Amino acid sequence: MSTLPKEPIVGFDVDAIREDFPVLRQTVHGKPLVYLDSAATAQKPSAVVDAIRHFHEVDCANIHRGVHELSQRSTAAYEETRAKVRKFLHAKKNEELIFVRGTTEGINLVSSSWGRKFVKEGDEIVISAMEHHSNIVPWQMLCEEKNAKLRVIPMNQRGELLMDEYEKLLNPRTRMVAVAHVSNALGTINPVRQIIELAHKAGALVLIDGAQAAPHIKVDVQVLDADFYTMSGHKVFGPTGIGILYGKTKLLNAMPPYQGGGDMIKVVTFARTTYNDLPYKFEAGTPNIAGGIGLGAALDYVNRLHIDRVAAYEHQLLEYGTGALSAIPGLRIIGTAREKAAVLSFVMEGIHPHDIGTVLDRQGIAVRTGHHCAQPVMDFFNVPATTRASLAFYNTFGEIDALVAGLKKVKEIFA
Amino acid sequence: MVHDLYQETILDHSKRPRNCHPMQDATRQAEGYNPLCGDKLKLYLKMEGDIVKDVSFVGSGCAISTASASLMTESLKGKSREEALKMLERFHELLTTDVEVTKDLGKLVVFCGVRDYPARVKCATLAWHTLKSALTNSNETVSTE
Repeated sequence: MSTLPKEPIVGFDVDAIREDFPVLRQTVHGKPLVYLDSAATAQKPSAVVDAIRHFHEVDCANIHRGVHELSQRSTAAYEETRAKVRKFLHAKKNEELIFVRGTTEGINLVSSSWGRKFVKEGDEIVISAMEHHSNIVPWQMLCEEKNAKLRVIPMNQRGELLMDEYEKLLNPRTRMVAVAHVSNALGTINPVRQIIELAHKAGALVLIDGAQAAPHIKVDVQVLDADFYTMSGHKVFGPTGIGILYGKTKLLNAMPPYQGGGDMIKVVTFARTTYNDLPYKFEAGTPNIAGGIGLGAALDYVNRLHIDRVAAYEHQLLEYGTGALSAIPGLRIIGTAREKAAVLSFVMEGIHPHDIGTVLDRQGIAVRTGHHCAQPVMDFFNVPATTRASLAFYNTFGEIDALVAGLKKVKEIFA
Repeated sequence: MVHDLYQETILDHSKRPRNCHPMQDATRQAEGYNPLCGDKLKLYLKMEGDIVKDVSFVGSGCAISTASASLMTESLKGKSREEALKMLERFHELLTTDVEVTKDLGKLVVFCGVRDYPARVKCATLAWHTLKSALTNSNETVSTE
């Protein structure tokens, strides 16, 4: 049996937090919504919705262009987010932060721009066995184009990377190591600091996919010494369609632009174009201004909650959930790393995840079912798919009880 | 209610699928794949002229896709190629439109509940897409995507 933690987290009030999320106040199929799919996308607090509305109702104008008042306001609000992201990721300078559509685009920007220029035939790119498709396919495409080699860090049955094997993969041909900070399918928190240190010793660069880490743990790109770090706005309680790529200035300066267009130029003639300085060199065209402003509001919100308290609370939820789910006969948790974020991926004997997902949905419980865009992870554990309950700071112990009750119902139907 | 979807017949066929085995002397076969759920299915047909003499399948999938494959094999035996394709069309209509449920689909009408679960239509039609591929003799794996 799972027991409730005795120690409440000082300064953390989940009931008050839930009040900030209007979407959570609804019933689905006649039952209170239990939203356990935050790893797919996190819900948005009113502060984010209000900031986007305010932009559209009051400040709406294009940025970096007009001398008029509205354009100046929108430019200021958008650029303020860049500064907020710098603080959130503990980067040195604002120019190191490029606005992108999301983590996927962040990775593609690096694989296209840096990769095309610096990767040569016979070079090697290292990824890991637990990567999301977005951190596999762009590198595969690059390797195919350049005749380079893609190598994969293996993992154990807990879903932990084999660091000895990783070290053996590194060699003078290794150009880039691209790994997830936190695995979306398993919840594993990877030892990225160590991964980066070893890569640097071998002369390779490192890109960290921070999509699942940013909402749950403190990220300090300088302490990590990450060369590139990328994250999505919608997973940190902001809107979709906006994300961040962090890159060290020296590296970004050496890279060619990703896309051409307005805003990324200084002077254009038909003979020649001079590119803009960082970060604008990588930001062609009118960006997702409303999204950027919404992301700023989301980071303010998370900062007010204190990421350390959030992490501590989520750890309690995870421990409680792990105990409660493990007690269900025939249920197996996939991903049991010792360092783990609040993700509970599991399979049930003889019952397909899609059937579990449908029965839970009818009880108002939203979980993700499928391969979680990590088919190699499913192959490794020899399952076609899993059911994944992913938690955020607005979830409660009561919601985990609801999940357990829901799974009992699943067993009743398919017994 | 979720029981409208998981009717007794469906649960029965998902737990004890009929005609679920490889076929040595199949004259046609095809593979189906649903990348969303990872469901895989291999369908075997033994045709005698234009008639489906025997049909079987192997694969792994959810209750809906397994039951659908099982019930499909039961309804196909003895049907002509044209009748089988017509049945596919009717079955698809049953799942995706408000068409009145009629008796000519026989046991297959138990899948009418799927229309209230749009995300599950692909599960129910995987076997039928694979059948179409086997009958039209394209050897590529069909995907529901």
